[in-house]
Amino acid sequence: MLAYLIRRIGQSALVLLIVGLVAFAMFRFVGDPIDNMLGQERTQEDIDRLRGQLGLDQPFAVQYFRFLENAAQGNFGVSYRQGRPVSDILLERAPATLELAAVSGFLAIAMGIALGVFTAIRRNGFTANFIMSASLIGVSLPTFLIGILLIYIFSVELGWLPSFGRGETVRIGNWTTGFLTETGLKALVLPSITLGLYQMTLIMRLVRSEMLEVLRQDYIRFARARGLRDRVVNFRHALKNTMMPVITVIGLQLGSIIAFAIITETVFQWPGVGLLFINAIQFVDIPVMAAYLMLISVMFVGINLIVDILYFLIDPRLRADRAGAH
Amino acid sequence: MTEPVLSIRDLSVEIPTRKGIVCPVDSVSYDIAPGEILGVVGESGAGKSMAGNAVIGLLNPPARIAKGEIWLNGTRIDQLSGDAMRRLRGKEIGMVFQDPLTSLNPLLQIGDQLTETMLTHLDISRSEAEKRAIAALQEVGIPGAADRLNSYPHEFSGGMRQRVVIALALCAEPSLIIADEPTTALDVSVQAQIVALLKKLCRERGTAIMLITHDMGVIAEAADRVAVMYAGRLAELGPVREILTSPSHPYTDGLMASTPLASRGKSRLHQIPGSMPRLNAIPDGCAFNPRCPYAADKCRHDPGPQGVEGRAACWFPIVRERTA
Repeated sequence: MLAYLIRRIGQSALVLLIVGLVAFAMFRFVGDPIDNMLGQERTQEDIDRLRGQLGLDQPFAVQYFRFLENAAQGNFGVSYRQGRPVSDILLERAPATLELAAVSGFLAIAMGIALGVFTAIRRNGFTANFIMSASLIGVSLPTFLIGILLIYIFSVELGWLPSFGRGETVRIGNWTTGFLTETGLKALVLPSITLGLYQMTLIMRLVRSEMLEVLRQDYIRFARARGLRDRVVNFRHALKNTMMPVITVIGLQLGSIIAFAIITETVFQWPGVGLLFINAIQFVDIPVMAAYLMLISVMFVGINLIVDILYFLIDPRLRADRAGAH
Repeated sequence: MTEPVLSIRDLSVEIPTRKGIVCPVDSVSYDIAPGEILGVVGESGAGKSMAGNAVIGLLNPPARIAKGEIWLNGTRIDQLSGDAMRRLRGKEIGMVFQDPLTSLNPLLQIGDQLTETMLTHLDISRSEAEKRAIAALQEVGIPGAADRLNSYPHEFSGGMRQRVVIALALCAEPSLIIADEPTTALDVSVQAQIVALLKKLCRERGTAIMLITHDMGVIAEAADRVAVMYAGRLAELGPVREILTSPSHPYTDGLMASTPLASRGKSRLHQIPGSMPRLNAIPDGCAFNPRCPYAADKCRHDPGPQGVEGRAACWFPIVRERTA
């Protein structure tokens, strides 16, 4: 277990180093930030001074090493546009995105698994077929369109839910939460459905097809031949075996929920890191872009690591250290 | 004669297909007495497994019982509701499948699989179930049974897994075991052990066993009586010695002649010409008539008598001089 864990962590670190190189390379290839920062009225002296200040006169390797050193300490430099440390800006914005992603992730996983199991067990029922057909909408409609449709129906026509923003938030330490106020919760509904719908239908369809496959296996037939109750056969015997491949995909999907948040946050003007990133692109605010890139990759790598560990816990065949004698 | 554990009367199974209804089991009748092993032989597709699935109520839709009756210990079971049938499975009828590598849930410890089966059917406590699980594993010959409860299926070899499967089929003490090709996926040396184990359990507990196989060696080794099936019909039914040494249905005769025996030396094996008809193309009259060396006109029009105990399903059964 330990050796496996160390190996996986080592691989994760390598991935992050490479992403770091890409993020760092942006500084060198996307124009000269000095031009942007100093504007028209500038002297050569100003340019040299700022260049020295930002360390841009150092050799490439030294700059990369310093970038990594700072990044590891959570220091991504100063935003060109806002003139404040990037880490402060990200910390300020992160709660909005994380809360949105958590709610939509939870929705997608809970509803996706429940509906997937339902449609697999009642595979010829009317309701199951209806859900399957309806799920095609979730798979095929683009996120921004779903968001706009929801805004049209629930904000414009019915006026039940707000169309943009986070509502009122409560500050707890460094974290601002929308969970504690009524407007905050209301504001979460539409964006989290928009963000989670695609993932939900994807998980549902995956769970269904995996479960149908598992239900065909001999050990399910044998479980039935032993007279076990349907509930036990479906949930204890079949669902557990279904979850193996599903967990991998769920892990990847959670990562892309955070990545897809860019679109949803733009549609709903949600003050999270995705919206921050879009604005940063418009202003070529490279430190923010680089930090965002690193943040997303840390999340992806971290989620994948957790998935690998979950695999290990679910499937006894991977636990080499407790193999019995034959 | 004691009352049979299982009694099948005129059982037919049908499957509706686009090209009409096919009949994988056609008017089959046989009994199994307590402590008896009935071998059911036939080629692939002869309907032997389908009959077993019908008995345990696990026919895959759209296959269904078209007519006939199934009696278990004096109770008719072919018309029971889904849940009543489920209660019977495992408790009254155990089943052993062909491939022990895929019959066990890979993610559950075998102790859990044993106790869940017992707790479903028997009114006992968890600790009692665990005690019985150890006893069941001991009975099927798994060494160090108490330590193996927490093992997962992949930690056992193929033969050991089939022993676990048998323990699972037996743990609620059913009166009938349906063993569907229980040795086919195993090594020859392990096959003999599993057959011996089934025989031992049958003798010691008085369990009736329906042993479905296409292996004549297994039949000769284990069965008390044999039912020979061909194209969904019962060709012949009788005591194993009679069937093996003096078969009266031409199909059984051909089957015996094509079984390799050490005593027969290196001479070429007999071969029945042609192959078994597909279910949607069973010929008129006797299903075996196109391949039968003795077929007459009558055989091509009239299916002939139904096969029952001591009488082959044939117009012209082979009669031999008994050399008793």
